[in-house]
Order: sequence, then structure tokens, then C-alpha cells
Amino acid sequence: MPSLPPIRPEDEACAEKARVTGAFDAQAEEEGGALFEYLLRLGDDSLILGQRLSEWCGHAPSVEVDLSLANMALDLVGQATHFLNYAGEVEGKGQDGDRLAFHRDVLDFRNCWLVEQPNGDFAQTMARQFLFSTWQKLLFRQLQASTDATIAAVAEKAVKEVTYHQELASEWVIRLGDGTEESRRRMVDGLDWNWRFVPELFEMDDLAAFMASRGIGADLTALRPDHDAQVRAVLAEATLEPPADQRPILGGRRGHHSEHLGHLLCTMQFLPRTYPEAIW
Amino acid sequence: MVAAARVDETGPIWSVLEDVPDPEIPVISVVDLGIVRSVEPDRVVITPTYTGCPASQVIERDVREALDAAGYRHVRIETALSPAWTTNWITRQGREKLRAYGIAPPTRNAVECPQCGSTSTEEVSRFGSTPCKALWRCRDCLEPFDLFKCH
Repeated sequence: MPSLPPIRPEDEACAEKARVTGAFDAQAEEEGGALFEYLLRLGDDSLILGQRLSEWCGHAPSVEVDLSLANMALDLVGQATHFLNYAGEVEGKGQDGDRLAFHRDVLDFRNCWLVEQPNGDFAQTMARQFLFSTWQKLLFRQLQASTDATIAAVAEKAVKEVTYHQELASEWVIRLGDGTEESRRRMVDGLDWNWRFVPELFEMDDLAAFMASRGIGADLTALRPDHDAQVRAVLAEATLEPPADQRPILGGRRGHHSEHLGHLLCTMQFLPRTYPEAIW
Repeated sequence: MVAAARVDETGPIWSVLEDVPDPEIPVISVVDLGIVRSVEPDRVVITPTYTGCPASQVIERDVREALDAAGYRHVRIETALSPAWTTNWITRQGREKLRAYGIAPPTRNAVECPQCGSTSTEEVSRFGSTPCKALWRCRDCLEPFDLFKCH
């Protein structure tokens, strides 16, 4: 039995309103709106994965791993702060990063499905991190050349940290995959769970194409060969076969999410939902 | 002459900043860490170390308080992300202070134990107590220690 009510027509209308229709032309005001949406994609990916990793705090298998997960979460929340603060500036309605993080509901989030997936066990968390950080590093490498100076600066700074995330996650994929019978089984299951969310990372919808054509955003399709090669290389070292391709799940960029995101937001947004005007 | 005049004007501001400690590693100043990128008579530019470093906000507040207390209320603080901070900007003096405090300074060569100076050391965890540090261990004196990571 679902814990959320069915999506009502008005909810759909809300999602539709934000849906990119591909009617972009060179008008400046449209470019501003598209940039805002694009920044939400970048910021929400980092924010939601940062929140997910924070759930491990105090629960990881060892204190060193606990710290490493918390530190990665900090890096990601830091990225989100930069992207969402900038999104608020671009939007020009007086919202800052905190407002965007804590006062939007599920349909307004633009993160991909991969980052909102539950942590599962440690192997599932690391499989997700490996797939995501490999992609994010390639993305940020491209975004360092963005014609938007703020996006370029955040990417230039963050790419060094993300390189580290990818190394850490890769090492765990190898260690667990090429480990005991149990660790191998868990890593196989973890990869299997997350695999169907990978194609969305490379989805070039109209908004992504428009941003790429302006030199602001990245050509995601161009990242795919490198991503596939790097993933295959690590899996080979982990003595694992890539999972069979599954039906890709898309829609996060347009506000369609899994039920997991709502639960995550319930925890993350509890305080501002309960005391909407609370300040430090 | 122009350069000399500029130094005179900003010298006292640099002195104020040299007394602002890093909140996480209080033996080292924000200048030693390379966080202060430039000082002008009416403007101080700082840069965060790590994107998610929780000390960043505290640092900006501490710099503000120190400037205000020294009579530099008119000096504004700006944050620049690019070029991205690197451990290469930690001063020689800052590196020595780190070592004396028990944190091995960032190095591309063999890591020296800050306690006994041995280079027979090994990594325990790449992620230490803060994002900027890794956990290491000395094989000679057997003490664990933090390594400030190259970044």
C-alpha cells in the first residue's frame, strides 16, 4: 500500500509547468529561466546525495569509514550550497540556497534518481557512489570550461574533491567485489540495484541541449564513453561482470521521483516544515 | 614607490589577518593557510579551502570581527572560488607550525612522522578527522598522526 496519495491532476500540472518544452529560443529572459533549472539539477544532485550519505553518520562499519562518508557528504553539501545560492541569485526572487533546499517539495526537485536511492547496505551505498562520482568528475571536468564563470569556478574547485570520492568508491568496489563470497554477493546486488539509474545521467533533454549549445552546460552524451570505460575497468579489477542493461528510469530532471525522495525530504526538511521561519 | 606605498597601506591589515587562527587548526593563521588571497586598502579577498569545509563560515566571521576590532570596519570581505585553493599556498612558516602541532604538512614525497621524523610511515585511512586530513601511522615510533593532504 503506498504511503503517499496518488498523484493528482493538479500535481501533474505543477510538474508539467516546470517541464522543459523545448520551445527555447535566443530570448534572454528564457535563458535565465533555463539557467535556474539547470542549476537546480546540479545543486539537487549534490544536496540529495549529501543528505543520503549523512544518514550513515554513526552507523558505518568502522570509524574511518564513518568519517569518510561524512566528509564526502560535506563536500557534496558544499557544492549544493554554491549551486543553489547561485540559482537563487539567477531566479531573482530573494531565495537563497537554504530556502531552495528546505522550502521546496518533491515535485520541484531536479535531481537524478540515482542519488535519491536508499543507502541499502554499505556495498549498495558504495556502488551508487562509484557510478555517481565517476560521472560527476567527468561532468565537472567539462563544466570547468563553462561560459558561466560561477559554474566554471565551482566545478574547478569541486573536481579535485570528486576525484577523491571516485577513488575511494572505486577501491571499495574492488575490495568488496574481489573479496569474500558475501562481500561479492552484496556488491553484485548493490550494482544491480543502481544500474537502471545510470542512463538518466546522460539524458540530453531539451534543457540540457540548450545549456550545452550556449556553452554553459555539458554535452552529457559525450561523457558516456569515458564513463563506461572507467566503470568497466574498475569492475574488471573487482572481477565482476557489468550488470545486464535494464529498462532505464528517467524523469528526475522534470520532477518525477521515486517514493524514496519524499521520505528523505521529510527528515531533511523537518525543522523548516515545522517552524517555517526559524533562523539560526 | 607605488608598490612601497601600497605595502605600507595594507601592511597593518595583513598583520591583523596574521593573528586570525584557523578554527580547526588554531596554531596556524588564515594567512599561513593561504586562505587570504589579496589585501587592498578597502577589500580583503578570501577563498575557502574545501567546498564543504564547515570552517569557511566561521573563518569569514572571525576575519570580520578581527578587522572590526582593529578599526577596519570599512574593509569589505569578498570570497573568490577561482583559482581554487591548493595546499601549495600554505606558507613555509605554516608548514612548520603544522609539524610542531603534530600534523605532517602536505608533501608529494615520503611522509615524515611529525613526532620522530621517521619516513617509515603508512596510511591508515585516506579520510581523517577533517576533510583536509588523512590518518597515518609511524612504523618506528608507532604513533598515529594526521597528514595534511595535498590538494
